[in-house]
Amino acid sequence: MEFKVSGIKRGSLGDGGDGAGVSSRLSFYQNSSDVDVSLEDFEQFALDRLRVLKGIEEARSRGRKQEEVDTLVIDLWRKYMRTPNAADLAAKDMISHFVLRLAYCRTEDLRRWFLGMETALFRARFRAEPPDAQRKFMEDQKLPYKAISAAEFASVKEKLGQVARSMNQPVPNVDHTFYKVPFEEVPELVSARRVYLQRGFAFVPRDQLASIVVGQFRTRLTKALALTSRLWTTTIAVEEKDRLTPIVEALSMRYLGADYSQPSKGSVGLQDLDNLAKMSFPLCMRHLFFNLRHDHHLKFGGRQQLGLFLKGIGLKLEDALSFWRSEFTMKMSVEKFDKEYAYSIRHNFGKEGKRVDYTPYSCMKIITSTPGVGDHHGCPYRHFSQENLRVVLEDQQLNPRAVEAVMDKVRNRHYQLACGTAFEAIHGCPSDGINHPNQYFEQSRRALQGDEEEIPPKGLQSGAVQGVSSHPGESTPLPVP
Amino acid sequence: MEVEENPQSLPQGHPRPQENEFSPDFLKLYYGRLFPYAEMHKWLSYGNDGKHPGCDTSYFSRREFSFTLEHDIYLRYLSFHDAAAMEAAIREKCPHKIDIGAVYNVEPTKRTAYSSVGGDKVFSPVERELVFDVDMTDYDDIRSCCSGADICLLCWPLMTIAVKVVDTALRDDFGFEHILWVYSGRRGVHCWVCDSRARRLTNEQRSSIAEYFRVCKGNEMNGKKVAFTGPALHPCLLRAYTEVLKKYFEEKILPNQNLLAEENFMKVLEMVPDENLRSQMRIKWQSSSSSNEEPNSKRWKQLKTFLEQGKSKGQALRRCVEEIIFSYTYPRLDMEVSKHMNHLLKAPFCVHPKTGRVCIPIDPNNCEAFNPLEVPTLSKLLDELNRVDTELDPRLKDWERTSLANSIHFFRSSVLEPLARTNKAELESSYRVKLQEMASKPNLSW
Repeated sequence: MEFKVSGIKRGSLGDGGDGAGVSSRLSFYQNSSDVDVSLEDFEQFALDRLRVLKGIEEARSRGRKQEEVDTLVIDLWRKYMRTPNAADLAAKDMISHFVLRLAYCRTEDLRRWFLGMETALFRARFRAEPPDAQRKFMEDQKLPYKAISAAEFASVKEKLGQVARSMNQPVPNVDHTFYKVPFEEVPELVSARRVYLQRGFAFVPRDQLASIVVGQFRTRLTKALALTSRLWTTTIAVEEKDRLTPIVEALSMRYLGADYSQPSKGSVGLQDLDNLAKMSFPLCMRHLFFNLRHDHHLKFGGRQQLGLFLKGIGLKLEDALSFWRSEFTMKMSVEKFDKEYAYSIRHNFGKEGKRVDYTPYSCMKIITSTPGVGDHHGCPYRHFSQENLRVVLEDQQLNPRAVEAVMDKVRNRHYQLACGTAFEAIHGCPSDGINHPNQYFEQSRRALQGDEEEIPPKGLQSGAVQGVSSHPGESTPLPVP
Repeated sequence: MEVEENPQSLPQGHPRPQENEFSPDFLKLYYGRLFPYAEMHKWLSYGNDGKHPGCDTSYFSRREFSFTLEHDIYLRYLSFHDAAAMEAAIREKCPHKIDIGAVYNVEPTKRTAYSSVGGDKVFSPVERELVFDVDMTDYDDIRSCCSGADICLLCWPLMTIAVKVVDTALRDDFGFEHILWVYSGRRGVHCWVCDSRARRLTNEQRSSIAEYFRVCKGNEMNGKKVAFTGPALHPCLLRAYTEVLKKYFEEKILPNQNLLAEENFMKVLEMVPDENLRSQMRIKWQSSSSSNEEPNSKRWKQLKTFLEQGKSKGQALRRCVEEIIFSYTYPRLDMEVSKHMNHLLKAPFCVHPKTGRVCIPIDPNNCEAFNPLEVPTLSKLLDELNRVDTELDPRLKDWERTSLANSIHFFRSSVLEPLARTNKAELESSYRVKLQEMASKPNLSW
């Protein structure tokens, strides 16, 4: 695979259709040809595809059944990969895949994540295709899978029946299509004796065929990713450092989840705050909150981080003002507060200046911040010394084993996983992955109130966000098909 | 082959204690005059011996060998350019054991030139026979005649079963043709599948084949090792059962190991998942223990009858008879040996240091006749060499005058010759393909 890049503003990217096969919209993404892409499309297409992949991740991390995931995938695909011109869909498919391949080839964790999500995507799309399209696709890709004739079926029918019965499954009849496949292609079926073998060929029923084709997809993408990774480090990153590289590197860091700018469920009253802080605030916000209660003051970074968070959990502007006022005026006059601090609180709510309703900070943003002397913002898992962090965790009544588990994640620089581990220890149930303090809050409320209803915030919930060089790949391990 | 003399009165079938069967001096003579270097080289070259224009002359030299010398000194990543180099090294070093590894992308002796840089050139295996190792110690929980390193004619049928079942499956199910079975020298057998399709299998595929052969799972803790859940057996298991296992169990294993004798039958009964049935049988047999006649076959018939009747009662008993038979007979392969391309395995025609026996090939079509206690030993071979027999043709080579003759003849006719035909055909077809590719490309690149 080559990436042909020209030195002009219009980016030229190696990509292309899958050769023949008008009836099949699928691809193994192996061949490349030149197509002109604008830089905006370069990024936008990739983002759209990323939303689909993140949606898959989220559905799987919620333990959804395979059929549900498949349906969801198709919906997501239709939603995000729409093009004004239907004929452009294939190009968008190609371009977005190759751009994300660049973005996700650079570390082992990124590659594994991308491989898992793309395989799931391919699987859903393949299974959704009608049998004719599936056959055409396999022909185009020169996959050696032949359906057996009725005569051959008759000759092996008894054995196929034995295999089926050995698995407590119904005996196949001539309506079931079987494919004759070299045994090397179906190791999982061979090892479990779920398939009849004859002189080196496996007789695979049609519904298992998908897993073989998907297996092919996986193998090819694995090789391609390894190759891309090498190409990236040796040539592309440097060649493209002024143009494509910044876009690509930012892609894997991008937070695509709910922005919590509108509080989702009801509102929070002033009187609830202390209780909520004790029970449902993530460690970063607890720290800020209790320091505020203690010092009656917070510096700018802390005010921003905590203030926006409180807005996100449902604190109204009037309540926010009286909350901050009540604390600050323990150390200063009301006039001073109104003059110097009230304005910025209203600003955060979009009531002043350019009227932007600011969104609460995500974990990524908090982790990458740099608290200085006198600051209490940032991410305690990142910014506290290990001794201090340990003390704080023990104060929260975490048992020693949980503390060790958290510290272990911290040592490996998986700060969000550490937060998730602490969540689990406190609430007694696993978290869905922590990417945003407000997400922690919501999950905590759900866990404590035993809420069955899902809270659909704006945008998509996402699972792990991939880190980059300064924070080695951080990911919640997900089961891969 | 001469029959071993048995002057001391030992239990029937047990071998004479091995004294002076092996010594470094004997080994030196063996390597000097008997070891079949040319045949080994012919085998491992797979036709790449330089005569055909399409052959890969580096092929043999990229094969890894390892030597275990006296005092357990271990030399790995050895490789040789040709048969002469291999012979010279073996004769010089006189290894107590020779292992064969994989064919790598580079000569193993030159591997360090490639390993360090994280580029494309990483020292890695390219081809390797599909191998299996069956070791009698994996059956220790079901044999009472011997244990540990010992073997005898009462437990050897377990190996016969393994050869038959695995060999049939490799041919009929997987389509392999060039299969070499070798006696391991003491207590087991090895299998080398030499088809090119087998040599190119990945670790994952090897793993899946090994798992295909795995039926016994679990250990002493769960009691039962074999569990058949469906109403039918997979065709390969059914074939093994009807062609080999049932017969061998009832005719050999059951009586040889005295499975239903007083002290043993509880172990078999524990495999019956019905408490009532177990107690019934236990009481019945305990009361008949005074009878003099051999109890095994009678009790087995009784158990089978009761289990057949019990089938209607519930699912658990449905396949109990098969489960028992499989537990006591089905081959138990060493999974780890088969799974990795770079796993080293002992070479055929080595001599086992503990027994002095030569690792000779076994004919799978005649494996019932194989007797491990009659396998030639070093001392016997050297006796034969030293024998001056005026009736023997003086033009005969050394090995032809010894008991090794049969084995080497067999290796040539059953393994090397068919392999040579296949190798030639494959070389020619790939050479033709290469010529076609070259012809279709333009000579000038522009």
